[in-house]
Amino acid sequence: MAGVAGGGGGGGGGNDFQWCFSQVKGAIDEDVAEADIISTVEFNYSGDLLATGDKGGRVVIFQREQENKSRPHSRGEYNVYSTFQSHEPEFDYLKSLEIEEKINKIRWLPQQNAAHFLLSTNDKTIKLWKISERDKRAEGYNLKDEDGRLRDPFRITALRVPILKPMDLMVEASPRRIFANAHTYHINSISVNSDHETYLSADDLRINLWHLEITDRSFNIVDIKPANMEELTEVITAAEFHPHHCNVFVYSSSKGTIRLCDMRSSALCDRHSKFFEEPEDPSSRSFFSEIISSISDVKFSHSGRYMMTRDYLSVKVWDLNMENRPVETYQVHEYLRSKLCSLYENDCIFDKFECCWNGSDSAIMTGSYNNFFRLFDRNTRRDITLEASRESSKPRAILKPRKVCTGGKRKKDEISVDSLDFNKKILHTAWHPTDNIIAVAATNNLYIFQDKIN
Amino acid sequence: MGEEEGLHQTQLLDTMFVRGLKRKCFDGEEDIEGTLAGFKAIPSYNLQRQSLLDMSLVKLQLCHMLVEPNLCRSVLIANTVRQIQEEMTQDGTWQMINTQSAGQTSLDRLVSTDILCRSSKEQAEGKLVPVYSTFTKDCEGTQSQDNSEIMSTVTSPQAPRNLQSNMWEMENPQENRGNFQKSLDQIFETLENKSPNTVEDLFSEVDNSYYDLDTVLTGMMSNTKMGHCDVLETFPSQTTANSNSNCKSDLNELDHIVEILVES
Repeated sequence: MAGVAGGGGGGGGGNDFQWCFSQVKGAIDEDVAEADIISTVEFNYSGDLLATGDKGGRVVIFQREQENKSRPHSRGEYNVYSTFQSHEPEFDYLKSLEIEEKINKIRWLPQQNAAHFLLSTNDKTIKLWKISERDKRAEGYNLKDEDGRLRDPFRITALRVPILKPMDLMVEASPRRIFANAHTYHINSISVNSDHETYLSADDLRINLWHLEITDRSFNIVDIKPANMEELTEVITAAEFHPHHCNVFVYSSSKGTIRLCDMRSSALCDRHSKFFEEPEDPSSRSFFSEIISSISDVKFSHSGRYMMTRDYLSVKVWDLNMENRPVETYQVHEYLRSKLCSLYENDCIFDKFECCWNGSDSAIMTGSYNNFFRLFDRNTRRDITLEASRESSKPRAILKPRKVCTGGKRKKDEISVDSLDFNKKILHTAWHPTDNIIAVAATNNLYIFQDKIN
Repeated sequence: MGEEEGLHQTQLLDTMFVRGLKRKCFDGEEDIEGTLAGFKAIPSYNLQRQSLLDMSLVKLQLCHMLVEPNLCRSVLIANTVRQIQEEMTQDGTWQMINTQSAGQTSLDRLVSTDILCRSSKEQAEGKLVPVYSTFTKDCEGTQSQDNSEIMSTVTSPQAPRNLQSNMWEMENPQENRGNFQKSLDQIFETLENKSPNTVEDLFSEVDNSYYDLDTVLTGMMSNTKMGHCDVLETFPSQTTANSNSNCKSDLNELDHIVEILVES
């Protein structure tokens, strides 16, 4: 069930439930270090692990604690499990340009053994990380001492079996594969295939297909680079594999279109199998129409039947069987339509918001400005605006719905459009795969909210 | 303009664009009076549109020195500029703007900045001139040789034009418009690497490591740029139907590049 706009504190009846503050991670300082800005958030397949990447190239993984019987109301807190430096800043000497270490995306691999694997990428290089636990160590080696020095072979008079003894838990992250040198342009997406063997990486003009075991080679499956760069008018903005059909993927463009491709039809998927575009409303055309139609994120539903796209002002749900228009459209912050020129001037119009589904595909979530984020219930068509702020950060405090006043008299507790803080933007959000737990990245802080158990 | 004025203008633009005004299409039958009246009725629309155009051009020029600019953002801004230009062309206001000296300064500044960025050797060889300067030869009549003063002459064959630029040529073969088109595309080109297909073919047997042609050639160019210039170096566009004739000039370029490589 999705978050529903209930009343203030008492909560509605029946199936309504409310979102509560659970945790916040990150420094409280007013001065935010650029490197600490969170750039991606992702739950793993079970939801027990939550990974964040930041502009400084670091990955922090949180693990959900086992449920504690003495505190039944707390659903299991997320605590730091592992922290490591995934990417370092690089300098491209030939172009005289820096390659940022900012982590653009993290995607988990499905768990196949005791270790956890994730892919993390910056603008140019994708890395496969193995995160493994070590809570035992062997003692009683024959060939070496306890401190590791080799024993003199003549001194060994007896043979013994080493014994495993418990030790403090150590979580190690090691890079297992580095997939480099395949992208001329900036990588915006990675997506693990349902075959668990391959994945795609997409930059502004090309999409490559990789095998997880092979790092020195990738297949180019989409290339929209024109022969004459002067003719470039459209770029790839996001791409994702279908959750069940390993031959199907989609990619979105800066012109608000989505192309679905089938890798079985040809090696180079320049010709799409399906083309999704909503016809433009001629009455609302302006100079900014194209910019606000640019899709910043595309996500398949868990069922694989729908996909969701995020453009600047709205979220659209598409039925894969219907190409000419979305089946649902949700306005995220329509009140910004009258401010587009200001937002163009300060570059906010180019902000790339992400979106996500809940586990049952009944609700969707996306971020906005002023640390607001929005949840939409697809069944009831109700929506709610919540805020990730320190003020509402008391344990298990119920989040109060927020409202933006668009004109006329401002009611109490409403905030006017002109008072919105456009520097506080929520671009990255994630929803637990099965439970009602959401992770919201607000600049350098990660907020975790849960539903209140009534 | 001062900060306050800029802010005021932006707020005006906000209210102006909120309704998503349709493009105004003045058909040829409207008399001058009617046209002028139309202008007078919404004088601020053109001003605001011009302001948006200026803002966009400035945005395109401001590239971060250290990190590659965001291609998506650049493409969207460039498309916006083209859109404005198309509309201004249809309106016939493009001509008006160009006759005013005030409107020209920003364009001139753009062109000259770019020329400043090139080393004198490259200018003399005429190698870095974008293909679009050849479109002046396509235009009938009024294209003057003044263009060559601003841009070095180009020896490469005419490139196929896309529909947009054809429209511009036929509508109003103004010298200044040519400059605008050039400067727009120069700006756009400077933000992106370019890999001429013909040269790529020559290198097809060479090891395809990270430093593919895009990055190699652009890297070479950017090493030669002047320090004060904050626009990435342009790179000649060699798109042409006839690849054979280009091979020789490509090889000359390659020599040039190898020279730089060896020197560095």
